[in-house]
Amino acid sequence: MELPRRNPVTRRWLALSPAIVVVSIFMILPMIILLVFSFMEADPYGGVDPGFTTEAYVQILYERDFDDLLIFDPVYLNIIGRSVLLALLATIGCLVLGLPVAYFIARQSSRTQSLLLYLITIPFWTNLLVRTYAWILLLSSDGVIEQPLKFLGVIDESLDMMYTNGAVAVGLIYSYLPLMVLPIYASLEKLDFRLIEAAHDLYADRFRVARYVIFPLAAPGIVAGCILVLVPSLGAFIAPDLLGGGKKLMLGSLIQVQFASARNWPFGSAVAICLLALVMMMLMYQARIASKRRRETGD
Amino acid sequence: MNPVINSNIAVSVRNISKHFGGGKELVKALDGVSIDISDNEFFTLLGPSGCGKTTLLRLIAGFELSTVGEIFLYDEEIENLPPHKRSINTVFQHYALFPHMTVEENVGFGLRMLNRDPTEIKRRSMETLELVKMDQFANRKPVQLSGGQQQRIALARALAPEPKVLLLDEPLSALDLKLRQAMRMELKNLQRETGITFIFVTHDQEEALTMSDRIAVMSAGKIQQVGGPMDIYERPINRFVADFIGDSNFLQAKIESVLDNQANCLLSDNFSICTSLVGTHPTGSTVTLAIRPEKIKLNDESTLRGDIQETVYLGTDTNYIIKLNDSTTITVRDQNGVTGDARYSKGQSVGLHIPDSSVRMLAD
Repeated sequence: MELPRRNPVTRRWLALSPAIVVVSIFMILPMIILLVFSFMEADPYGGVDPGFTTEAYVQILYERDFDDLLIFDPVYLNIIGRSVLLALLATIGCLVLGLPVAYFIARQSSRTQSLLLYLITIPFWTNLLVRTYAWILLLSSDGVIEQPLKFLGVIDESLDMMYTNGAVAVGLIYSYLPLMVLPIYASLEKLDFRLIEAAHDLYADRFRVARYVIFPLAAPGIVAGCILVLVPSLGAFIAPDLLGGGKKLMLGSLIQVQFASARNWPFGSAVAICLLALVMMMLMYQARIASKRRRETGD
Repeated sequence: MNPVINSNIAVSVRNISKHFGGGKELVKALDGVSIDISDNEFFTLLGPSGCGKTTLLRLIAGFELSTVGEIFLYDEEIENLPPHKRSINTVFQHYALFPHMTVEENVGFGLRMLNRDPTEIKRRSMETLELVKMDQFANRKPVQLSGGQQQRIALARALAPEPKVLLLDEPLSALDLKLRQAMRMELKNLQRETGITFIFVTHDQEEALTMSDRIAVMSAGKIQQVGGPMDIYERPINRFVADFIGDSNFLQAKIESVLDNQANCLLSDNFSICTSLVGTHPTGSTVTLAIRPEKIKLNDESTLRGDIQETVYLGTDTNYIIKLNDSTTITVRDQNGVTGDARYSKGQSVGLHIPDSSVRMLAD
């Protein structure tokens, strides 16, 4: 049997078609649905009613009083601000903890390296919800951390660690630390450690070796790690819900509440679209800086 | 131990040992090594891989700490100083240029870390690049350069801070033959021009012989012999040195008599050789004589005879592998005639003349 001859372009599209179908159904279509829903009217029992309205977007910034007048209400802006702040905090925390860990792993023998990487991925095997609950046991009043401190007389009263921004940040750092370690490890693993010796030999102390050699060469991994931590942190809802006690709402929890209990699907969709726009803007900014740097360095 | 104050000594290594591992897997990379390297000297550490030469270099640079022993740089003990506090720079085997910096930034890196003035860094970097004839490549990245060019940049980078001592770890091994030969001359000239003490590590005896003021031949973590290129080649003190540097024949001979420290030794066919006595060999004992293949002459009138077992054509010369009557084999290197033909052929019986002055008795 002879197969019909096709030109290479057609063949390429044919070969790619399964991937295109999967991406369309599972990624592009939901986005379109989200976008469409955000411009529809809310059904009080959940779901959406037909009709075009920008009400959901207006709601983000304003509240409607009884006379149908728009009053500026910063409650949701606060949530967006808190989300960005906590996400940045989590990213910085992950970077500070993750960089030395990645460096340490990259300097081990290849056998130890695989073992340590394996250990890094272990938390992924259990549910994030369960792992975040564990933090409640650690942080709560009379929890695992406070009890021994009280017993030893270091503290008299509860530290009130739970239900604070700090608790949420700790939860986020804990959740996303592996996502910081792995890409940085990947870029450090390729780093030629003889360069570090060369820098030492040329009168650079430890700090300057890190500043002028390790950091610039690990930069692609650091940027990738920061994006991988920052983006899901912005949309996280398990840590803010459990460790922030629902009082410290973040964007993710806000969206989740709209779909689950508040039954305002268009508003939830609108917030999700805003989050998407925020992330897209950050990624585009990062891409612009990266391409500018590439042009300058002539790589 | 009181250090001997002698400012003519650039690097003094005193009784250095370096052990890796422990217990049954203890490896003595260096075993009680002592050398004094003079100011403004081109000094070579020569030996096969695993002899400890690179370990010694790394100890001097400060990348490793010795198990025991002391290292002095111009009478200052440097054992406890980290690499960045030693006025010693290294040219690495694989160059180790910083890929994210331009050639000029690479060369200026050391001066920048020494907090020199930016205009001075610029001037000195360009000066050093001119010295290695790479000034037109100042704005390139290392990846855009060939191996030979990268080599020059690595050299410039190590020379720019004007260290007291420059260490070179087999810097020519990655280059092709022609380039390597050209670089030898250049390195030697560079050392003369800059007046910096060079410590050069290599396993290539030809490199060592052509460039060095003095050579230390190393094996199994120990220094076997230290001397000028000619000393090492003409007067090897033991079998290892005679074998490692150039080619040698090792012949067993019996000492017949000793007079004025000259030993009369008997070879196959009662051929006698008179040579200086080395070591404490009594009369009547068997000693090993080292003889270079190119110093033996094929001469039909000689009483020492053998049959040519094999001929190996080498271009300028031919190697004859000859079996003597006492069935030891000996290699003779003989220059080919003007037409390029070998003068003798396989199976032929020939006489061998061994000049007395070409023979060296080994101490071991």
